[in-house]
Amino acid sequence: MLNAATEMQERPLPPEKVSVGRTFGRSEMSEQTQWMLSVRDARDKSAFAKLFDHFAPRLKGMLMRGGLQAGLAEEVVQDTMLSVWHKAHLFDPHRAQVSGWIYQIARNRQIDVLRKERRPVPEELKGDDVQEEDALHIVALEQEASRLRRALATLSAEQRVLVEQAYLGDLSHSELHARTGLPLGTIKSRIRLGLKRLRRELEDEQNGHE
Amino acid sequence: MSKINHHIPDELLAAYAAGNLPHAFSLVVAAHVSVCPECRSRLHSHEALGGLLMDEGSSRSVSNAMRQRVFACLDDAPVVDPGPRRMGVYPGPIAEVLHYEEPRWRWLGGGVRQAVLQRSDQESVRLLYIPAGQAMPDHGHHGLEMTMVLQGAFSDEFGHFGVGDVEMADPSLEHTPIAAKGEDCICIAAADARLRFNALGPRLLQPVFGI
Repeated sequence: MLNAATEMQERPLPPEKVSVGRTFGRSEMSEQTQWMLSVRDARDKSAFAKLFDHFAPRLKGMLMRGGLQAGLAEEVVQDTMLSVWHKAHLFDPHRAQVSGWIYQIARNRQIDVLRKERRPVPEELKGDDVQEEDALHIVALEQEASRLRRALATLSAEQRVLVEQAYLGDLSHSELHARTGLPLGTIKSRIRLGLKRLRRELEDEQNGHE
Repeated sequence: MSKINHHIPDELLAAYAAGNLPHAFSLVVAAHVSVCPECRSRLHSHEALGGLLMDEGSSRSVSNAMRQRVFACLDDAPVVDPGPRRMGVYPGPIAEVLHYEEPRWRWLGGGVRQAVLQRSDQESVRLLYIPAGQAMPDHGHHGLEMTMVLQGAFSDEFGHFGVGDVEMADPSLEHTPIAAKGEDCICIAAADARLRFNALGPRLLQPVFGI
């Protein structure tokens, strides 16, 4: 749906605005990433508490928006945050943002709970054991996410609602159709318009950086 | 593995990331992502976007009791789940549904076999085994159908599909897949009667949101 986002991972990441000889370390990374790496590498419970207090209420908000009752939503949040702790060794900041990684765990858990059976998930990637940490790469990925965040902020209210419904709500496109009375094709092209605009914003931003 | 040329449309990857895709299709998406680095990367991107929206979205306060339960469990030994593992031609997510046993094939006639993995009023998933050079039977799908090649290859009016490739087909789409000569063809086919993309037709072969 979103080439702009796709490029976040596919495009070679530019080493922008880095003065030669400067050492990049974890202190340059976002708070969330630092917390997650402390959990992963040092089993740091106070860092986990920060992650919990940041994400648990947001996860619950998302799940209830999607139609889950409060009790069930809490159950999913509980399982999700426990997975964040126990599966921390699988978190790879070169590939994923903390929020996206947690989002995916929550979706898997939500479906397992609702369907009472396992959601089909892809095989884990093999052969990428802990690679040497490349802080520059990680920070560049975070910058891409910040750009995406800024671009999201420029969407019209209507476009924003559609994108949020696609990723946060529990509406399929056909349900969206039933609810709004808009023909499916129109909705698709509106989403597409919203995403085109996103991409343009991203490109403008990038050009502005050069 | 040969190069993958036919991928999962972005719209379906987004729906999978958001947990909105019917189970039958989720199985094919998970199987394809297991073998396709490009779609894995695109899926990560949809998850990144979902994560950002979740991060910016509204919060609901969680109960103290739940928070305490989580912290009380941190020192417990985790339940080890190795995740799905590939078995022969079957990518992990399919192997898991098969319980890591060979499919129970039923003969459909003419050397064609099928093994039903899931069937309900709305959704169905089946494996199809088509001898090399033979036409795929009309398997009477309703709604949108998603077929992924696991072994061998097939061709129809819309292209050549090798291992890992995915074809999206609508009931209105007249096509006659024929297994390529050489190796017998094994596919997984998922259908969902609730989903229709009539208006789009063959354009579904391109990513719907290719912008």
